[in-house]
Amino acid sequence: MKCRVCRAPAVVEVRRHNAGFCRDCFLGHCRSQVERAVKEHRMMGPDDRVLVAVSGGKDSLALWDILVELGYRADGLYIGLGIDGYSGPSGEQARAFARARGLELLEVDLPADYGYDVRSGAAADRRVPCSACGLSKRHIFDRVAVQGGYDVVATGHNLDDEAAVLLGNVLRWDLAYLARQRPVLPGGEGFPRKVKPLVKLGEREMAAYCVLKGIDYQVEECPMAAGNRHLGYKEALNVIEERSPGAKASFYNGFLERGSELGAGTAAAEREGLHPCPSCGAPTTSAVCAFCKLVEKAGGDPRRRLPVSAR
Amino acid sequence: MGAVKVLLRNPRREVEVPGPVGAVALLRQLGYVREAVLVIVDGALVTGDATIPDGAQVEIRPVVSGGAR
Repeated sequence: MKCRVCRAPAVVEVRRHNAGFCRDCFLGHCRSQVERAVKEHRMMGPDDRVLVAVSGGKDSLALWDILVELGYRADGLYIGLGIDGYSGPSGEQARAFARARGLELLEVDLPADYGYDVRSGAAADRRVPCSACGLSKRHIFDRVAVQGGYDVVATGHNLDDEAAVLLGNVLRWDLAYLARQRPVLPGGEGFPRKVKPLVKLGEREMAAYCVLKGIDYQVEECPMAAGNRHLGYKEALNVIEERSPGAKASFYNGFLERGSELGAGTAAAEREGLHPCPSCGAPTTSAVCAFCKLVEKAGGDPRRRLPVSAR
Repeated sequence: MGAVKVLLRNPRREVEVPGPVGAVALLRQLGYVREAVLVIVDGALVTGDATIPDGAQVEIRPVVSGGAR
């Protein structure tokens, strides 16, 4: 197979584009897809301060790498989740990446700073671990971004993530979630703008990007995520994609083009009901926000000053 | 005929298959969907039409990550 751009031997194929790429042309392809997504969805401007949500996995490290290469002022935030045998290596990979490039990595550690980990938080709040993890991460990314004066939080959600979430939302016809499933969520009082610059790239492309750039990332699957519903949706979509390359992109992009009004009223109503959480000040529609409830049930103290340190 | 050593992940383990073998044929033989993995031969990424020679060290690296994101 030859590179579609320069005709050199290809090292990566992207079947939905019916194309192969050599190393350099593939890296250029990834950068240009991010540039296109940023421009098309007006995610951020050249002067914005960007906080990248960094997990130590392929998507977040590739995203951080690409944004810095494109000239954005991007710091990283890593959240230690206290998952045995997983959080330790993930944090090391995030730190090593930042150190090698002279980038600033902020850190919050759930056990050390809030007194709970994903497993104990999930058990105390009667949630599945992925739900406790997502809730904690969203809350902390928002708080750190607001307090640190960042204009935008960038997450490593890729095309596969978005297509799998869309499939789950459509299977349940969850209009509130469909309304929020956009590449850009505008900021508001107490929460930052959130963007997903990788929505035009599949996760196979992000893994290939890291391999070709020599980025050491957490390859092993999170032990808490094994067998979850989201992974099941991805498996189903990959079986379809195998037979019909491009199916995932067409499913997700069709939603963005033609399903944008789904649940719009629900989202507007939710925003109108927001007020500051009396415990931590984060916007919520409940008496106390879901994060503070979880931390209190897990025996921690959500009112502690947000513990962020650059290491 | 020689063997190709293949590193698999989640869980990490190693298997041997007869070589030489095509990359796509290897994935089919081991029950992988192409979209969900990368094939790395002696440290280098290869495309689906590659032939993997005897004695090669292969990694089939899953690319799917899950959980709340």
